[in-house]
Amino acid sequence: MNPALQGLVTIFIGVGGCMAYFYVSNLILDKVIYPAKGPNISQNINRANLVRPWLFLLPVIILLTLYLVYPVVGSFVRSLYNRSGDEFIGLGNYSSLIGSSDFRVAFFNNALWALVVPALSTFLGLVIAQLTDRLSWGNIAKSIIFMPMAISFVGASLIWKFVYAPDPDIGLINAILTSFGMEAVDVLQIPFWNNLFLMVLLIWVQTGFAMVILSAALRGVPEETIEAAIIDGANPFQVFFKIQVPQIVATIIVVWTTITIGTLKIFDIVYAMTGGNFGTQILPSYMMQFMFRDDGRATAVAVLIMIIVSPVVISNVRQARKELR
Amino acid sequence: MENIAGQKSALAWATRITVLALVLIWLVPTIGLFVSSFRDRDQISETGWWRSFLPVEQGLRARASVDGIEVDGNTFILTGSIYDDKEVLSTVGDARPPVVAFGNAGRNPGQFIAGETADLGDSETLLVNEDGSYRYVVNEDPGKRGPRIYFYASTPPVFSFANYRAVLSADNMDQAFINTLTVTIPTTIIPILMAAFAAYALAWMDFKGRGLMIAAIVALLVVPLQLALVPALQMHNAVGIGQSFVGIWLAHTAFGLPLAVYLLRNYMVGLPRDIIESAKVDGATDFQVFLKIVLPLSFPALASFAIFQFLWTWNDLLVAKVFLPSSEEAKVMTVKIADDLLGSRGGDWGILATAAFVSIGVPFLVFFTLQRYLVRGLLAGSVK
Repeated sequence: MNPALQGLVTIFIGVGGCMAYFYVSNLILDKVIYPAKGPNISQNINRANLVRPWLFLLPVIILLTLYLVYPVVGSFVRSLYNRSGDEFIGLGNYSSLIGSSDFRVAFFNNALWALVVPALSTFLGLVIAQLTDRLSWGNIAKSIIFMPMAISFVGASLIWKFVYAPDPDIGLINAILTSFGMEAVDVLQIPFWNNLFLMVLLIWVQTGFAMVILSAALRGVPEETIEAAIIDGANPFQVFFKIQVPQIVATIIVVWTTITIGTLKIFDIVYAMTGGNFGTQILPSYMMQFMFRDDGRATAVAVLIMIIVSPVVISNVRQARKELR
Repeated sequence: MENIAGQKSALAWATRITVLALVLIWLVPTIGLFVSSFRDRDQISETGWWRSFLPVEQGLRARASVDGIEVDGNTFILTGSIYDDKEVLSTVGDARPPVVAFGNAGRNPGQFIAGETADLGDSETLLVNEDGSYRYVVNEDPGKRGPRIYFYASTPPVFSFANYRAVLSADNMDQAFINTLTVTIPTTIIPILMAAFAAYALAWMDFKGRGLMIAAIVALLVVPLQLALVPALQMHNAVGIGQSFVGIWLAHTAFGLPLAVYLLRNYMVGLPRDIIESAKVDGATDFQVFLKIVLPLSFPALASFAIFQFLWTWNDLLVAKVFLPSSEEAKVMTVKIADDLLGSRGGDWGILATAAFVSIGVPFLVFFTLQRYLVRGLLAGSVK
């Protein structure tokens, strides 16, 4: 069958099936298993209400278990086996990874990404949020800064190829360099600095996200605190750094961690821009080198990414539990 | 505050200039891609897109014709027009752009200025006029093949949809576009309903284990997708789905669920308690309350999740690479661009720019029309 047609059928089955499941399962619960009549009516209603939440949750629980909970365990187990998956080798994959220089480069670069991208995106987002706040055309400026959020990383990579290309008739940077009489360079091949040029793409995408959230947070700062500071003679910089920023620290941390998590998962940029060459490999793109070839090592890299992310997972869960109470 | 008025206007100007500079930095790369996608492919490699509205000096080469050869002692004189040459005709057609420079060697094709007779040494000379007519004097009999003439013609800027036609017809991009839609639409619609029921249960039903479920959702929100790839694909292979559209629908649906449940629950918790409780007092079941009250009221949250999920699945490369077969018929646009075009069309910037713009167009449309919901969703998801 044509995939597009199959897609339409799937929408129908998916949505119709969901509706039917919820409707029929409720009906069976209320009419057949615990009918709201007869001698045990109140007991039955209570029991039905105990079961119903799980009926509502069941499809989500099944899918999440199969695709996210089981894989955490499954990936770890798989990472203890060799390439073809038939021989248990303990931590062999991990020790051979740690022994390889490619892995160390990827790990170091990833750490660099996780430090630089969230810091610069959050900082730029905060500054832009504050600067555009009082401008009459601030909303248009915000829309433009926010726009890269809609662009795929593959698309963003192509856009930036027109900036970085070594040919001065294609790449903007080299056009500027040669117009000043300098040699054209391939910025993606300069050791170490090429990593930073790749990070620019992600910062370009993520700053809009930081800006939108921090702009809302800045608007939530009580007006009186700012007015009081101005009357006391604070200059605009003091108002911003000593009055406004301290009041939105919690939001800044949320934005920072969200971007950090995003940064640790991005593989598209490196894949499309350099293919991991010239010392720009990061863990997610390093993992894709093993995908379909050596599942043992691929899952070992994935587990390491998970371990790096886990402090954030734990703090997020703590935060959520605090809010529930 | 009168005394700091002067200071303020200086600061205001600094603000305006900074914002303008930032906006330009953000916008210029995208404009470059957009302009390039409409440019003629030969012109792209001659001048940068920032000079695309100026005439382009295009490098061409012709062969002097031996048809009208005159012999004068031991010199041979070749005359004619370079615009009658077959090779030139095939690239510029009937347009006869003015010649600006010419040369007789490929390594220095623009050595001489048009209209001036060039001394090539050994009493050989070459003259190419602006209109393309030439006079080539050589010492040796050229035989049947005349010598090469290299020249630069000043061609006017050309903008067209030729790249779009090329991308959509020759490079199977139309198929990839449909594949992307085929992946995106079901995986945007299906999780919404599932997540909405779950979110309602987590927001408005009291049961043991609710806190645990919410904590689990929050934890799954940040589990790296990379962990799921190998086990989920093995599972698909084991049950016979393999790499297929069914597989990617299931995977994308599942990967979208944590965010969907989280966003929707946060929104539903904020709905007014009175409405829901009075409906229950009037005898409505949970099922009815959900369908008739909560679901319609949650429309803004549903919309913002739908936009997120749409953008994420449309722009995704990783999941598509793993869960879809690598055959030509099943490629989505991101895979097509990253794996095929960047490799095979690496130097063809016009095609690359156009392919990128085809894939960016739809998300842009969604983004600019529904930005309000997107922002609302971001705020609901992150600011507490």
